[in-house]
Amino acid sequence: MTPLASYLLVAALLFSIGLAGALTRRSAILVLIGIELMLNAANLNLIAFWRYGPHPEALTGMMFAIFSIAVAAAEAAVGLGLVIHIHRYAHTTNLDAMNRMKG
Amino acid sequence: MPPQDLIISSPFSITQMLWLIPAVPVVAAGVTALLRQPKRRTAVTLAIGSVSFSLLLSLVAFVHMVVRWAEGFCVHETVNFTWIQVGATNVELGWVLDPLAAVMLVMVTFVSLLIFIYSTGYMKHDENYTHFFCFMSLFAGSMLGVVIANSLLLLFMCWELVGLTSYLLIGFWYQKPSAAAAAKKAFLTTRVGDVFFLLGMVWLFAQTGTLLFYNGGTGSMEPEALAGLLAQPAALGLTAAGAISLLIFAGAAGKSGQFPLHVWLPDAMEGPTPVSALIHAATMVAAGVYLIARVYPLMQAGALAGGTTTALTVVTWVGASTAVFAALIAVAQNDIKRILAYSTISQLGYMMAGLGMGGVAVGMFHLVTHAFFKALLFLGAGSVIHGCQDEQDVRRMGGLKSDMPLTFATYSIGMLALCGFGFPLFFSGFWSKDGILDAALHWSVAKTPFYMLVLGALLTAFYMTRQVAYVFFGHWRGHKPAHESPAVMTVPLAILAFFAMTLGLIGTPAWQWFSAFLEGRSACFDLSRIVYPEFLALMGTSTVVVILGIVLSWRLYGDRSPKPEQPDVLEKAAPLVWRWLRNRLYVDELYEVTVIAYYGWWAWVADWLDRRVWGGVVDAVAWAFRGWAQLNRFLDSNVVDGSFDKGCDELAVGGGLLARVQTGRVQTYLRVLALAVMVLAAILIWSSRT
Repeated sequence: MTPLASYLLVAALLFSIGLAGALTRRSAILVLIGIELMLNAANLNLIAFWRYGPHPEALTGMMFAIFSIAVAAAEAAVGLGLVIHIHRYAHTTNLDAMNRMKG
Repeated sequence: MPPQDLIISSPFSITQMLWLIPAVPVVAAGVTALLRQPKRRTAVTLAIGSVSFSLLLSLVAFVHMVVRWAEGFCVHETVNFTWIQVGATNVELGWVLDPLAAVMLVMVTFVSLLIFIYSTGYMKHDENYTHFFCFMSLFAGSMLGVVIANSLLLLFMCWELVGLTSYLLIGFWYQKPSAAAAAKKAFLTTRVGDVFFLLGMVWLFAQTGTLLFYNGGTGSMEPEALAGLLAQPAALGLTAAGAISLLIFAGAAGKSGQFPLHVWLPDAMEGPTPVSALIHAATMVAAGVYLIARVYPLMQAGALAGGTTTALTVVTWVGASTAVFAALIAVAQNDIKRILAYSTISQLGYMMAGLGMGGVAVGMFHLVTHAFFKALLFLGAGSVIHGCQDEQDVRRMGGLKSDMPLTFATYSIGMLALCGFGFPLFFSGFWSKDGILDAALHWSVAKTPFYMLVLGALLTAFYMTRQVAYVFFGHWRGHKPAHESPAVMTVPLAILAFFAMTLGLIGTPAWQWFSAFLEGRSACFDLSRIVYPEFLALMGTSTVVVILGIVLSWRLYGDRSPKPEQPDVLEKAAPLVWRWLRNRLYVDELYEVTVIAYYGWWAWVADWLDRRVWGGVVDAVAWAFRGWAQLNRFLDSNVVDGSFDKGCDELAVGGGLLARVQTGRVQTYLRVLALAVMVLAAILIWSSRT
């Protein structure tokens, strides 16, 4: 059986790729994709810890992951809605142009 | 029958409605004052209408009193009410109807009405016509208030109102500096008397606790209060009654122009002539005499049978000396109105002397007859002035008897009445003046007043003849030709002339109706009172004296028509005496260098103190506060404001610095967050290793 550490390594890799995407991309949509990747890395962790945890027979980890995926879906919907709106307003999705909140 | 009081409760009696007599003219004056623009016709209608109404009511009151008298009652019908209540002290006001008030009411309203009618002609071209009738109505109302007052306080209030209207009317032509000065002089001089009057009033209130004259036994003029006043000693051997009487007399002397407070009355002639006639000859100046008659019980308190009191003796001496003094000055005056003014002062002296020696009836009789013939003389003088285009100097008139026949006829009647011309035509002044002379002859204290009054009568005849000779005889010495006045002026003259001739009949010694009415006795016709030798001698004396005066004067002045520039006949004979008389015995100058100079000095001192001392103190305080304010301003702008501004600047700089952190770029925030998480993770890992 594959040890827990491998799952965690994959999850960490996935999270790092998502974080890197979210931090470096200029396009708002790609930033959203990065965020989705990070969320999925977290989900993977949830499942892994459940399976290797003390009570794998209870479906707690599974429930947590499904709940998290539902929240991620809602977040993606809101995020995409915002991006569409910003695009309509400013005709761009470039995040560097969106600095109206500058102090 | 002794006087008895009657407190009236029936709401429909004339006494209850008596307050309307003064109230209606006062209201008319108020309405006139509030008119939006000068409305001549409305003002005249209101003034004459209100006085006619008062005259009507006064006649009703008079008839009512005569009926009561005929029934055998001599009553004071009073209506009293509480005005102010302070603790246990009541200040009561009220009005009284008695024969004295009734006679005075009819006289005042009747003379006022005639003078109002006359004024519509005399004041026709004046631009302040509306004001004039407003003031005149106010005067009539206040004077009637004086007459009906049953409380010394109410009387004093109306008395002051009368003084105010007198001031307003003397200064009616206020553009003339002399008129403005005369108004001030009148106001201030009478105020000197009024201060004493007020003192007497306060003293009376302190002693008796009431200022009502008659109040069913508890009034201040009734025996109970008088006995209390007599028991109370004051200074200089006077009782409280005597001292209060003298104080009140000082007020009366101010108003009635008695020596030494007479100086304002001749100057008061600066007012329009109808004002002089109504206020400064017929009614207001008689208010002082009326006041003495009103408080006569107090004046007389403590007199033995046939005797006199200190107060009455003072009244007599002041009156008699004023009578002679003013008559002397009148001889040397050339202004037609000033001659009459001094004659008024002189006649007021007669009234006072009559009150002092003969009682209420003697003085009041002369007051009433004098009111008619003096109003007549003043209105006649007004007619002359009007006809001669505002010329007042008798030396620039002359020969008017053919130009102004009606004025001449009526004026002569007034002049003969004033002289007290007796045989063969008995003018009203003859009877009233003889009453006073008769009283003087029987006065128990001294005979000197009698001789003074006889001398006064001689002088009166002299100066009146001089005036008439100057004005109506000889030839015309003025510039423009004179003309007769319109009927609206001559008809009142004729009516007054009728009364000046006949009014004496109600008080002849044979039928002493007037004194009987005032004193509550019954009158009967008895010729024997005339034909007893002593009285015939008196009548003869006075007739001779008057004729002597007239003849003497006529020989000096009659038909001579001297030039205005020529010195007077008497001036040639005795220049020094003439100069003294001409300058009114220098009384004004004496006051100028004594009283006025004294007050002027005090005013100067007060002014100096005000400017230099108090002004300096005030300035110093102002400077101190100004310096203090400067210091405060410096502290405020440099210390308080500076530190506050500095704080604000620092905050703004700090905010600017912090604002740079807020780039507005989402990814920057995310980077910081990621970095922070990494640092946190590193710390956690590091700490868990050990």
